[in-house]
Amino acid sequence: MSTTEIRFSGFGGQGIIRCALITGKALALYDDKFATMTQSFGPEARGSACAAQLVVSDERVLYPYLTQPSILMALSQEAYDKYYSELPKGGILIVEHELVKLRSEHPDLRLMRVPATRYAEELGNRLFTNLVALGFFTAVTGVVSADAMKKALPGLVPDRFLKINIKAFDKGYEHGIQMMSQNGEAAS
Amino acid sequence: MKTVAADPKGVDSGPHFMDGDHALAEGALAAGCRFFAGYPITPSTETAERFAERAPEVGALFIQMEDELASIAANIGAAWAGQKVMTVTCGPGFSLMVENLGLACMTETPMVIANVQRGGPSTGLPTLTAQQDMMQARYGPHGDNMIIALCPDSPQECFDLTIEAFNLSEYYRVPVIILTDETVGHMHEKVVIPPADQIKVVPRNNYSGTKEDCRPYKFDSQGGHPMVRAGDGYNFHITGLTHNEKGYPAMTAEQNKIVVTHLMEKINGNADQIIRLDEDQIDGADVVVVSFGITSRIAVKAIQDARKEGIKVGSLRMITIWPFCEKRIREISAKVKAIVVPEINYGQMVLEVERNAGGRCKVISVNHCGGAVHDPEVILDAIRKAML
Repeated sequence: MSTTEIRFSGFGGQGIIRCALITGKALALYDDKFATMTQSFGPEARGSACAAQLVVSDERVLYPYLTQPSILMALSQEAYDKYYSELPKGGILIVEHELVKLRSEHPDLRLMRVPATRYAEELGNRLFTNLVALGFFTAVTGVVSADAMKKALPGLVPDRFLKINIKAFDKGYEHGIQMMSQNGEAAS
Repeated sequence: MKTVAADPKGVDSGPHFMDGDHALAEGALAAGCRFFAGYPITPSTETAERFAERAPEVGALFIQMEDELASIAANIGAAWAGQKVMTVTCGPGFSLMVENLGLACMTETPMVIANVQRGGPSTGLPTLTAQQDMMQARYGPHGDNMIIALCPDSPQECFDLTIEAFNLSEYYRVPVIILTDETVGHMHEKVVIPPADQIKVVPRNNYSGTKEDCRPYKFDSQGGHPMVRAGDGYNFHITGLTHNEKGYPAMTAEQNKIVVTHLMEKINGNADQIIRLDEDQIDGADVVVVSFGITSRIAVKAIQDARKEGIKVGSLRMITIWPFCEKRIREISAKVKAIVVPEINYGQMVLEVERNAGGRCKVISVNHCGGAVHDPEVILDAIRKAML
């Protein structure tokens, strides 16, 4: 049984919870996987730091929380500082290029940096940052298919912004594919 | 139980990625619930939000009341006005509902109450999980009374069991409590809502005979009796006092025996029909883990690990918590070395297991207070110890 544990993190308002919802829905409804999404509900989850967790498996998820995350997406400095040390050797660390100042080059991890905020601004609104990051995440992790992710969007982003959100997703996805080929890694 | 297909208006068919709280609301709407009076409280608020959002398109009524006492009181009223009714809350709100829960039991008013449990006592741990209200659900109201309680382990079961809760509630005319918890309530998973014609619901059974024969009660220790709907022109009376079959006060020891025996036996006497258990590899097991709700999922992980170590361990998941599966525990206790009971409380359902095991096998409680689910390793350790 293969199980993948993912943490999405950032600051409130970046659409972090939404990232986990979209990915979870894509996996559970369109990629034929089992996915369980949880989020922190306490006062510690409000304001600056925000995180959502996803456990993905080929079989039913029994334990709903993270025990050993292998993928971390950190869209803020605080999120990165708080969670990067959880990753095991070989874990995937995705950070927002301009918002996260790295404490090391993390030679033990697969470090991926995405200028999600800049791309989102180019598309007209910083609010699309999470979708750019999700596109990038989809390309570099191979956990979920791009097709499923796009299918999952209706209902989770406002109808009138669906097209532009797909555009943002594609932008991040292409950036991810490019980075993978530069690194000589097979695209998912 | 006579069933009909669900009203498609309330059924949002298809696959969803949904949390347990929302699934409770969808289950209620699918079951035909069209009245919800409630008061928001974490971690149950999302159910009320979902119901309120969907109510206008379904033709249901949602009222945010001034508190939990008023919420359950409004539900009792609406039930006698012919509606299927629901409310949700958690520990602190449930405590406030307990008085009128007793009234609902005594007046045999069908309703569904979901308790999305959080850590207690008092306001306790508003955002963290627990299973500490198991005994309160059964013994909250004063006097002898009996309810039915169901315990879902996933958002999918929140949907499925809410429909079952309504069906049991309508048939036995009794409050049915869904004892879920913060983890299941807030966890998102795939929830498949079937087409309306595949959902079986017990319709409200309203009396339609002559005025002379109209009786809101029949004390025969069975379910299936009609309600009398207020406004249909029948003269009848509803009271928390000991009453006769017309509903009028009849305050004698003899009548109390008749009423209370009925209240208890319509559930306990039909326990075999009501109780649902999910069993795995109990035949030939040396140890059986008895669990419920979110803890049962953690337990399965521990059970899988124990089997890898060669331990013969079975699983009994209680989908129905009340009435308690007394007979099954008696049978199992005669055949195994030990029963392990993990739960997120200081040790509640383990008391029922011990009582029914009657010393025939070891009973090992694996409990901790509210705030977090078990570490599967702790349950695994208990299974190993059970073999010593």
